[in-house]
This record gives sequence, structure tokens and C-alpha cells, in this order.
Amino acid sequence: MILIDNLRKSYGHTLALDNLSLKVAPGELFAFLGPNGAGKSTTIRVLNGLSFMDSGEAYIAGVNIAQDPLKAKRLCGMVAQSANLDKELTVWENLDIHGRLYGLSRSERRASAEEFLAYVEMSDRADHFVKTLSGGLQRRLMIARALIHRPTLLFLDEPTVGLDAAIRRRVWSLVKKVNQKGVTIFLTTHYIEEAEFLADRVAFIHEGKLVREGTPRELMDSLGAWAVDWYEDGTSRADFFPDRESATASIQSGRGGGVLRRVNLEDAFLSLTGHKVLQ
Amino acid sequence: MSAFWAIYLREALIMKHRLLRQLGGMCVSPLLYTVTFGCALGGAVTIGDKSYLDFLIPGLVAMASMTQSFSIAGEINVARFYFHAFEEFQAAPISRLSFVMGESLAGLTRALVAICIVLALGFLFGARPHVGIYFIVAVLLNGWAFACLAVAMAMIVKSHADQSLLTSFIITPMAFLGGTFFPLDGLPAWARSILQVLPLSHASKAIRADAFGESPELWPFLALAGAGIVFFVLAVSAVSRARD
Repeated sequence: MILIDNLRKSYGHTLALDNLSLKVAPGELFAFLGPNGAGKSTTIRVLNGLSFMDSGEAYIAGVNIAQDPLKAKRLCGMVAQSANLDKELTVWENLDIHGRLYGLSRSERRASAEEFLAYVEMSDRADHFVKTLSGGLQRRLMIARALIHRPTLLFLDEPTVGLDAAIRRRVWSLVKKVNQKGVTIFLTTHYIEEAEFLADRVAFIHEGKLVREGTPRELMDSLGAWAVDWYEDGTSRADFFPDRESATASIQSGRGGGVLRRVNLEDAFLSLTGHKVLQ
Repeated sequence: MSAFWAIYLREALIMKHRLLRQLGGMCVSPLLYTVTFGCALGGAVTIGDKSYLDFLIPGLVAMASMTQSFSIAGEINVARFYFHAFEEFQAAPISRLSFVMGESLAGLTRALVAICIVLALGFLFGARPHVGIYFIVAVLLNGWAFACLAVAMAMIVKSHADQSLLTSFIITPMAFLGGTFFPLDGLPAWARSILQVLPLSHASKAIRADAFGESPELWPFLALAGAGIVFFVLAVSAVSRARD
């Protein structure tokens, strides 16, 4: 569904994407994980035509985004990191304008808006002004809006940033539901648990470079199944073990203070880059 | 066509939702100018065989069509820098041409509403300008040219503060020096030759001629159309620059 080959993008002297290459298969829920400033949003912005690429090539469903950007855009839906709804318009007007931008007929716009408002459980909010909606409702509306023209690929740029835990879970369920309808999802996040919960496959990005990719299980299993955190002299470190027994034995043989837990994607990222995802 | 209409409709809906506030805002400047310059200061002044109010109202029409169509730049900037709604257009499969056409038509719509207010206020205070086809064509050309300039500027600036500076340095001086409040004929030749180049001077001249029931010259229309085409091309090319 997505093929990126040696994508390079810089802002002035800052290199945002450094010869990035990756593939995303049709129907996949793919997560791009990395700290703020790693290049996640830049990748989405380039793929969506919001930013120019300096060099390289990118294809969406076989369409070269530089040679036929309008055709590529028709295949995509986009949920941006910031709530980019028209706050002075109603929920329905936002959906209707989006449908018009994508060339839907009057009946298609009406049917799609009704369907996707019901999908995000906002049918009763159609006449509400967006500025009166909470952050969680705005995020759900953004997902509905991105689906109105029935894209085959949905970009979600940090879809739960700034949302509380309960609403974040609700958005996750919605994202899963969309993916189960056959929509390929390209998700960027710096929330470890979001990538672990949602993604079929994860890629780590750090300083514009792809560090590693694989399923969450593969990435975590490369370290082990269990971790012990040690806090000594104001610093922390983690040791990794293939099973719970050896991890427990390590705690018992140590000087005390070890905390047992499961290995997570943060550990995998840290071991590969020397940096935490959440810095 | 659908995309162009979507862009226009979005601006029209925003205007509709704010209509009362917007109409109120559009009334303030023309009302102040009409009362202070047209009636109080200019009450005893005649220009040629016309009262100053009769002279002023066509100038205010030209000025309002410029300022209100240019104000679409502010709307685009709010959408771009504060609400990030402009990203929705950038990610959508629409051409640059559709975007510029939609936004410039929205600017022109504002201009047409504004000149209706100016004419109504003028009528209230006793002015009776002739509103013929040349008057309307000049207003449309002027509004369209400045709406296209507004779109171009809104795409080129990097912040809302930059936009305010452009308004201060381009639109405000032109509003006062473009033949709105006084005839350019009375100025020294060097000043007249500079100010006559301004698009607003051409608009004032063409609108005023028709308002006085005279046959306007052709060249102000050609100058406005030329400016409009240049600003339109500039706007279309500037849309790409808004990408980073």
C-alpha cells in the first residue's frame, strides 16, 4: 500500500528524514514510533502533499505521489495531529465540505456523513458547532471526516495526543474498527502502549532514520520476555531475561531494589537508539 | 468545479454564521467617513459641480471593495496558522486553481456586501450615485484583483503578524491615496504620476465616472483587469509556497 524509497527531507540545515525506506502492506495497521522530532509527522506530511520531499520516491497503492499527487490523495484520509476542523462550522458542515473537496455527489455526501457520524457515535451532534465539542469528540469527528470519501489508506498522526486515558482507549477501539473494515492504517505515535495495543507492525524512527521494524512481539522478544529495573545512585538501568524465573533469581541475588516487569517497546527502542521514546 | 465550490461554500458558511457581527463591522468605517468627511468637514465643499458627499461615496465604494476583498487574507491566515484547517485543503485532491478561485470569489462576495452597505449609507445621507454597468464591472474587477492579491499574500506570509504588516504598508496607504477622498488632479505632477499607478486609483476613477453619469475611459478597466490577472497568477503560484 505504501512504498517509500530513500526519502530525504530537510528544513534548512536540519535533516528531518534521512534516506528513509519502508513498506506498508495493504490492510496493515502500521505504527511509526519515535520521540518528538524524530521525523514521524514529516513522513506523513510528505506522503500527504503537505511538504515537499528533497529526494527519493514514494508510492501509494502504486501511484507515485510526486507524479500524480491528486490521484494519490484521493486514496488517502488524514487525521492530523492538531484539531484542524473548521471550528466555526457545524459538525455536518465540516463533513459536507470535506465530501465536496473529494468530489462526492450530494447523495454520497449525505449517506457517508450519516454512516460515519453513526460510526463514531456522534449522530446526535450533527448540528452542533465544532467549537462547542470536547477534544475527544473533535478527534472522533476528525476520524469520521477522514473516512467520508472511503479512503483505502488512513494516516493518523498522533491521534490521541492530549486526550485523557479513557478517551484514548475509545479512540483506539475506533481505530481497530476502521482497520477491521479493510482500511490500511499508518499511525504515528510516541505512546508505547498505543503502538503495542494497536499495531500489526511497528517501525522505530530516530533522527530521521529507520532504526528497526517488525511486529511488536518480534521487537520485544529480541530482548527477552521479562525485565528488571534497577535504581542505583540516582540512575536506572534494565536487565532482560528470557523467562520470569531467571529474572526473579536476578532480583534475589542482587543487592535489592530490583523491580520485575514485562519487556515493552520502550526497552527495544532504548536498546537500539540509546534514547527513550518519551524524552 | 466541485472543489472550487467547496472552498467558496466554506467561506460563505463562515460568513453566514457571523453575518450580524460582520455586517456591523462593515458599517463602521464607511459610516465614520460619511459623517465626518462627507457631511461634517465636506458639507460646504464642492468638487467641480458635485457635492463632496457625491464625490466621496464612489470613492468609498472603491475603497470598501478593496479592503473587504483583501480581508479574505485574514480568514485564510486564521485557517492556516491558528485552526490549521488549511492542511485539509493541502491534503485534499484539489488543484491550486480551485483554491484560488474559491477564496477569491469569497473575497469578492464580501466586497459586494460591503459596497451595498456603503451605497445604503450614502443614500441615507442624501447621495444619489448612478449605478450602471460600468460601475458594477469596475467594482467586480477591483474586488477580484484585491481578493487575488490577498490570497497570494496569505500564502507567502509566514505568520499572522506579517499579514497585518502587509495591510498596514499596502492597503491602508492605498485606501487614503487611491483617489478615495480627494481628486488626484490637484496633486503635483510627480505625485499624481505615482498615485495613478495604484489599482485603487483606477477603480476610483472608473466607478466615479459611472456614478456621475459619465462614460468612463477604457484604460482604468484594462488596468484593473491586468492587475487582477497578475495577482491571480501570483496567487496560484504562491499556493505551492505554502507547503514547507
